[in-house]
Order: sequence, then C-alpha cells, then structure tokens
Amino acid sequence: MPDSAIEPRTSIQISGSQLLIQLLERQGVTHISGIPGGANLPMYDALTSSSIKHVLARHEQGAGFIAQGMARASGEAQVCFASSGPGASNLITAVADAKLDSVPIIAITGQVPQAMIGTDAFQEIDTFGLMLPITKHNWMVRSAEELLEIIPKAFEIALSGRPGPVSIDIPKDVQNQLIEVETLPAPGKRQPNPKLDESLIEPMLCKIWAAKRPILMIGGGIIYAGATEALRQFAEQLDIPAVQTFMGLGILPADHPLSLGMLGMHGAPFTNLILEECDLVIGLGVRFDDRATGKVTAFCPKAKIIHVDIDHSEIDKIMSSVLSIRADVGELLEAANEMLESSTRPIWRKRVDQLKQNHPLILDGTDDLFRPYGAIKTIASLLDDTVNITTDVGQHQMWVAQAYPINRPRQWVSSGGLGTMGFGLPAAIGMALAQPERKVICFSGDGSLMMNIQELATAAEHNLDIKIIILNNQHLGLVRQQQTLFYDNNLSSVKFQSKVDFALTAQAMGLKGIDLGASDKPIAALESALLEHGPCVINIPISETEMVFPMVAPGGANRDMIHGDMVEGEIAEGDKA
Amino acid sequence: MNSKSFSVLKLTVNNHPGVLSHVCGLFARRSYNLEGVMVRPLVDKTSQQSRMWLLVNEEDRLQQLIRQTEKLIDVIKVEQHELAGSVFEQTEGFFV
Repeated sequence: MPDSAIEPRTSIQISGSQLLIQLLERQGVTHISGIPGGANLPMYDALTSSSIKHVLARHEQGAGFIAQGMARASGEAQVCFASSGPGASNLITAVADAKLDSVPIIAITGQVPQAMIGTDAFQEIDTFGLMLPITKHNWMVRSAEELLEIIPKAFEIALSGRPGPVSIDIPKDVQNQLIEVETLPAPGKRQPNPKLDESLIEPMLCKIWAAKRPILMIGGGIIYAGATEALRQFAEQLDIPAVQTFMGLGILPADHPLSLGMLGMHGAPFTNLILEECDLVIGLGVRFDDRATGKVTAFCPKAKIIHVDIDHSEIDKIMSSVLSIRADVGELLEAANEMLESSTRPIWRKRVDQLKQNHPLILDGTDDLFRPYGAIKTIASLLDDTVNITTDVGQHQMWVAQAYPINRPRQWVSSGGLGTMGFGLPAAIGMALAQPERKVICFSGDGSLMMNIQELATAAEHNLDIKIIILNNQHLGLVRQQQTLFYDNNLSSVKFQSKVDFALTAQAMGLKGIDLGASDKPIAALESALLEHGPCVINIPISETEMVFPMVAPGGANRDMIHGDMVEGEIAEGDKA
Repeated sequence: MNSKSFSVLKLTVNNHPGVLSHVCGLFARRSYNLEGVMVRPLVDKTSQQSRMWLLVNEEDRLQQLIRQTEKLIDVIKVEQHELAGSVFEQTEGFFV
C-alpha cells in the first residue's frame, strides 16, 4: 500500500490552483475579470472559496480591458483569467494595448495538460509564443512549485520600472497537481527605482536656465510616477509652459496658465506652433510617439532635447538628446525642486500668449448639443472633476481629448498607443469597480462601441455607475475623415448601412438606454440620465461630415496642420456624396 | 567576413525554456538583423545559465537594441565584443 493511504493527509497539501488563488489573495487582489473554460476549470473551482470577487465578462477581450480599467484608475496591478486556445487568443489585444500604454496587468491563462502540449490538442494554442512579444515577461508554468516564485515575480515585474503587462500560462495538470506548502512567499511589489544620478541635475538645470524659449513636454510617465505635484512646482518655479501628450492629459489642470494642452496630430494650432519656436524641449516621462511628434525630422526644429525616462531604451530611440537622465521622473523632479531658484521668462511667456491668442483651438458648435464639441461641453458643464473619463478610439476620442477639461491625474483613461476600438466600455467597467464612488463617463462612437458591446450586460449585472455616450454618426468617422482629406473623398466601406437602435440595444441588455435625438427636451433628458446612479447608454446623433481639426496628415510635419476652414469646399462635396 | 561591419554580443542568460525565443523574438520584431546565433549552457555544476553569442551587423541602432536586450528579464548581462577572435570567426569553416 502506498504511504499516502496509511498516513492521514496533511491539511497543507493543496492544489496548484488553490495555491494560485492564495498567492493572488496575498497580493491584495480584490477582483478578477475573466471567463472560465475547459483548461482553467480548476482555477475557477478554487476561486469559489476565495474572498476575491470574480467579474464574469462576456468576451475575454472585455475581461482584459476590465482589468486594464481597474489598473489604470488605481495604479495597482490587476488580474484577468482566460481559458486556453480562443480564450487566450481573445485576450491578446487587451494585453498588447497594456504593453503600449505601460499598464500593469497580469493575464493568467489555462493551458492543455503538459502531456498533450504539442499534439494539436483541443483548444491548444501556443499562448507562450503569442504573449511573448506583447508582454514585459511571460511564463509557462511547469510545476505547481514554480507558482511560488512566478506569481510574486509577475507582480514585481508588472509594477517595477516602467509598468506593463505580464502573462502566465498554466497547464491543467499543474493546476491539479497537489503539493505541500510550508510557507508562502512574500507578495511581489514594485522594486526600488534605478538609482538617480544626482550629478546630472545641475547640468540639466543649467541648460534650462540658459534656454530662452524652453518647453516642458509631459507624458504618462509623470502620472505613473505620482509626480504631478512635483511637476507643477517645477514648471511654476521655472516659469516654463508645458505641452501634454495624449497620455499626459490631466497632469496640469486644463486651465492652468502654463498648460498648452495636447500637442501633435490633433493638438491646438498654438501648441504646435509654439513647439516650432522653442529652443529647448524637456521631455519628462514621454516616448516621442509619432502621433505627438509628427514627422520626426521636423519636430521642434530649433530645439535641443533633454529626455528623462525610467526606461533606458526610450532614450535616443526617436529623438537624440543633448542630455538624458534615466530615472523615475518623480524622484528627479523632487531632487531638482530642492535645487531650484525660481525664475521668470516674461518675453517668452508673452510670445506664447500671443501665439495662443492668434492661433486658438477653434471648437466649432459648442452651443449645439448635436455637434461634437457641443455634446462634450454640455456634458462637462453638468459634471464635476470627481468623475472619471474614458473613451473608445476615433473622432470622438480626439474631440474629447481636445475639449473635455481633464483636471487631475488618472481622471483620463484612453487607449493611446494601440488605439483599440472597443476599449472604452470594458475599461469603464474596470474603473467603476476600482473606484465605485466615482461616476464614469465613457465617450464612444457607434463604430467603437459595437466592438465590445456585449459588455453592456456585464455593466448591467453589476449596476455600475457608467454613462456611455455615443456620438453616433453611423460611420467609421475617423476613417471617413481620412478618406475625405487624403483619398480624394473616395468613401470606401465607412458607412454602416443598417442603423442600430442603441437605446433599445441597451434596454435589451438590461440597462437604461435613451436617444437624445428622439427626445423633446434633450438637455433635460441628458442631465437626468447623467446624474442618476446606474448604467445608461445615451445616444447622441451627429453628422457624419463633422471632422476633427486641426489635423496633421500621418507622416506630415506638425507645422503643416489642416484646419477646418481650409477644406470647407471638400466637406461640402462630402455632403453630396 | 569583413570585421569592420560586424559586432558580437555576448549575453549571459538564465537557462530557462523560452529564453532563446525572448531574445531572437526581440531582434525580429524590432527589425534588426541577426547574422548568427550560438547558444549553449554554461559549463558549471548546475547549468542554470547559458551563454548566447549574437552576430550583428547594423551599427546605427546597436545601442538601442542592447538597451532593449538588457530589459529582458532572463538576460543577466550584455557585453559588446569584436568579431576578431570570436566564436563566429573560429567556426567559419562550418558554414561553407
């Protein structure tokens, strides 16, 4: 008889799945989004006896973006689950999105048993190979013992340095393997930042003091470092205007005197024109993305670059710098603030104000609820800064980035690098789960919302305080805009011929849905829908001829902005089409 | 081989399954040519580490690729060497 039949089973013998859930509990995980399936059944079996709440998504991509929404709002690493094969491949887009925007999520997938790997088993896919290029690091777990090392390490890697996604693929036999665990490892946490070379701060400040027309370029790294206050002090003490990248919106309040708003493809005219004149760009927590720089060789043609980033490989990747510091931008700013002498730059500030006045951002139609800026401004006027804002991807996203006053860090959550349509709704669910005290406004379009519309049922199930605003032009609007501007108005496959009733769709999914286009008192209907608690879809019809201006052609120089009044004739042509 | 246009990278990596994929995948997706790869576990008692030799021939983005390589979790150390005297020069006879 084997020993185990004689000896009483020790109570500390647990399965790989039970160990996994215990380790996640010790990491402080409170919610996991996901979908069960054949290869992760043991994980879900273990989950029922856990304090962790599971959020059942309707598609694994939704689960991935729910985890992202929680992570982006809170800054904490968040977990999503999927089964093998299609479950894992459906997660891919959300993981890739997290990689490009440096969001700490941990994707845990089931895999077929190890004995079947490589046999083209049912729902077998090379998850390790698929996740490899889109994660900071990824693992295939080969024994339950390995979980003791891998799970804390996964959190450590996701949170340390420049944050990002990791993935862990766990074969079913590893989930079922019984092991005896004596002690559990310490939870994984963010590791200390790379040591700041303080000898570089004075040379940096000297270059800044010597500059006549300096500009701060501030990005997502500042938000992730929790350095908005240090940045504000730095900017104010040195009296330097700041352009914000798309990921950096909210670092400075929209109406801060030094804020120049967003730069780049859809930046304000004055913002891009000021960058033409500046003689020093101080890039803080930015990666010089092409949507921000435009044609790189024409970006800030008169300026030298100082670049501060925690990721060494970003330094000199796109723009060569005259001085670079690899550091946590918060640690750098705090050290620099200690050494600052405050200065003023009246001549440069005056020039900046002049450009601001002469080349303003024109928000056409703010007085009309059924025009993009009108809808956005009306909604903003009915709410305060406690609400969180998220978007999908397309024209509505750029209109919101231009016009909605984002006034605090992590108030703004949007898919920047990957530009994933379908991001908004599940991200909003995640944000509402992470911060239930805050209302979430999800601006979307009729194209984007359809890409993850199944998650309306998830939002209804949890009765989350999410308002989904559809700026509905019955088109893929940003594609239509590019076809109009750059393809001689040759509109190709951008119109949805079949009209979807989104208010009814919402009602069918178990939440409230209203169509302001069919309302007698649309503003009153909007106000009451926004202010009451609970999920609601709010459809706002707009014209398909609306465009985002200014626009820099992809690959073009930021100075060559296309403005609304330059293409009025073409828009009129578009009306006839 | 014209030694002027080639560099050799010496990597010390964890001897885990998948490390080769992580390194070669990085070079492929950043569209940076790998002209040669030699990998074996280090000869010690435990074989917990491997040595990878990479042959590369693009100077302009090499520092960028070295920094990207250093970020890989299983890469412990990256050193740049000359082609002269390297494993690639010594094994040229196997590749004719």
